[in-house]
Amino acid sequence: MFKAFLIKYAEIGLKGNNRYLFENALRDRMKDALKPLGDYNVSKEQGRIFVECPDEYDYDETIDALKKVFGISSICPVVVIESSEWDALTKGVGDYVEAMYPDRHFTFKVEAKRADKKYPYTSPEICSHMGAYLLRRFGELKVDVHQPEVRITVEVRSKAYVYSIVIPGLGGMPVGTNGKAMLLLSGGIDSPVAGYMISKRGVSMAATYFHAPPYTSERAKQKVVDLAKKIAKYTGQIKLFVVNFTDIQLYIYDKCPHDELTIIMRRYMMKIAEKLAEQEECLGLVTGESIGQVASQTLHSLAATNEVCTLPVYRPLIALDKNEIVDIAQRIDTFETSIQPFEDCCTIFVAKHPVTKPNRKTIRHSEKNLEEKIEDMIETALSTVETIVVE
Amino acid sequence: MEVYLDNSATTKVTEKVRDKMIQVLYEDYGNPSSKHIMGMKAEQYMKEAADIIASTLKVDSKELIFTSGGTEANNLALIGTALANKRRGRHIITTRIEHPSVHQPLIYLEQLGYEISFIPVDKSGKIIKEKLYELVKEETLLVSIMYVNNEIGAVQDIPEIIRELRQRKKDILIHIDGVQAFGKYRIHPKREGIDLFTFSGHKIHGPKGSGVLYVSDKVKLNPMVFGGGHQRGRRSGTENVPAIAGIGQAVSELYEDFDHKINKMYELKQTFLREVSRLEDVTVNGLVAECTDDFDMEQLKKTAPHIMSVSFQGVKSEVFLHALEDRGIYVSSGSACSSHHPQPSVTLTAIGLPKDLMDATLRFSMSDKTTMEEIQYTLANIKELLPILRRYTRK
Repeated sequence: MFKAFLIKYAEIGLKGNNRYLFENALRDRMKDALKPLGDYNVSKEQGRIFVECPDEYDYDETIDALKKVFGISSICPVVVIESSEWDALTKGVGDYVEAMYPDRHFTFKVEAKRADKKYPYTSPEICSHMGAYLLRRFGELKVDVHQPEVRITVEVRSKAYVYSIVIPGLGGMPVGTNGKAMLLLSGGIDSPVAGYMISKRGVSMAATYFHAPPYTSERAKQKVVDLAKKIAKYTGQIKLFVVNFTDIQLYIYDKCPHDELTIIMRRYMMKIAEKLAEQEECLGLVTGESIGQVASQTLHSLAATNEVCTLPVYRPLIALDKNEIVDIAQRIDTFETSIQPFEDCCTIFVAKHPVTKPNRKTIRHSEKNLEEKIEDMIETALSTVETIVVE
Repeated sequence: MEVYLDNSATTKVTEKVRDKMIQVLYEDYGNPSSKHIMGMKAEQYMKEAADIIASTLKVDSKELIFTSGGTEANNLALIGTALANKRRGRHIITTRIEHPSVHQPLIYLEQLGYEISFIPVDKSGKIIKEKLYELVKEETLLVSIMYVNNEIGAVQDIPEIIRELRQRKKDILIHIDGVQAFGKYRIHPKREGIDLFTFSGHKIHGPKGSGVLYVSDKVKLNPMVFGGGHQRGRRSGTENVPAIAGIGQAVSELYEDFDHKINKMYELKQTFLREVSRLEDVTVNGLVAECTDDFDMEQLKKTAPHIMSVSFQGVKSEVFLHALEDRGIYVSSGSACSSHHPQPSVTLTAIGLPKDLMDATLRFSMSDKTTMEEIQYTLANIKELLPILRRYTRK
């Protein structure tokens, strides 16, 4: 019965003069999300975004797509009443209740919003008159203004809109309103979740993956592309940079103490990701690190990896437990992909007993052994980077 | 250069197989059960395939069941005969090195109350025959043995085993999984006393999704797929005519120039193993002890012509696999190295391969199209990569 949706947004409403930028971004993100499903018309009007559906459309698919758009606080399937003239309005609302609720043994309350201030009734008058009309038309209905089972909302503009279903949206802010960040994407559980979380605040994503053939396989790389596709459903298009990291890894292996290998490796990953970030005009790095999860994520290790870059590093999972991260991964459908077992062949680079409390001075000292070639190797890695655009 | 040495995983179809299948998919696409001419034409393709296979195996075409592949054929052979003959006995004997498509159905039958015995193998992958013969008893219904092992290429002495088994129990049923053997050996199930014989299309340059089970007309077999009663009620479901035509075509090409093809593969195998075994800390698996010094051809011929299993100490097989892949050489790893797949290879465990070699084993499997040039190219790359990969180990 629904041919349209009213979309409400919360936080955007607070943004003073920039508000239109946020609204436009949200409208555009919704258009992007709905485009694969058909010819929807998405328009902005007075603190609402209005979605008109094509004649043939799938209700559940549409809701699912909208539920992946950051910035939406709620999705209301709505019936449009072409004229807001009172008799037409009451009949329209009555017909809605009749069609929507075959069994009308429930309590209700009418809520009214009046954008058209010249309308002959005030909002409280619309509520009480409409309530009275519905009680007359459907004897089974009862009013409960405090805890109604059904809230029937009527919005009066040039046309009128009636709805009683409110589906919660994702919240957050529309992607593209808060700059861009570079996600360090591995094939694991954490990094896709981190990308999702930062993107929720309106941040666009680029991503870097460190590929180490033959120690990591083509399948491991494909898995990362698949993960990028999964989060791109939320973040929009992602430019994925695949860096061939093998030579650098082997060089570190040859020149540095084995127990510091992972830390030093991560420091170079950060450096390379930062260079790509600058090239892409990203304003920060995003990682899936969480304190204490592994040896390279103790506070000492994080301090050691953090010091090599100047861009801020955002770590949205920093204080989450693994099971909390897994919950989100399952919700955003990255978990099943993340646990495919492809990347384990690079375990030879992980020391059996890695340092858990690396001393930054010692690490810097060890890195001196790399001075001869490392800058050239980074240059080579950057110049041979493979770019995959994921949507 | 591209070198495909994973022919035990699957093979490329021949041109004639491809052409025939396209003809069936696109021109003669009728349902063989249809009464009109389109149906009749489709039926002709099936008959033709069945006749070719029957004459190659020297059996009656009525004794063939087309399946979706080796796995289904093995399942049907084991479960189908076990269920149909439970009154004759509920004891089944098999080996410790079977393919999962034999092992798992037997585990299922074990859960249904059947008794399953597993015969061990020696270091070369040959079953300990005395153990097999000792196990035969009044209730023994079925013995299932793979002809050629898929991981190391060990070959069992099937004719001798069957002779000995029949001496102990005349009516014992014998199932041979011939997926890796068919096309490498001339196998005539009926003459050799095999009651049930499995082979697969895509290991012999036919299509994936095609397999055949030969069931001797003397053997009772329950169907596992029920429906419209196709294939004499033994395997319902509209026949996969393109695949059946494809497997028929592939079989018709098998024995063209056969001895030459097989001898060529043995020569390549000998060259490869001689060279590779000269490298440091390299072990060749699946050979009898007398063979490992000079790879004497007579001894080598006791193993399958196309499969070579080699362990490279200190190199993770999956890493080596990807390093070779980078050079255009496609092989498979004897065992998964990933910690998420903790099951070690069944065969490598059964032959007593040390644990550190299990993760370091590659399988190279040839087809009759493999050339000496490809083998030399592979050897050159192994020699080059091995020291590089060995330098980086977990400390």
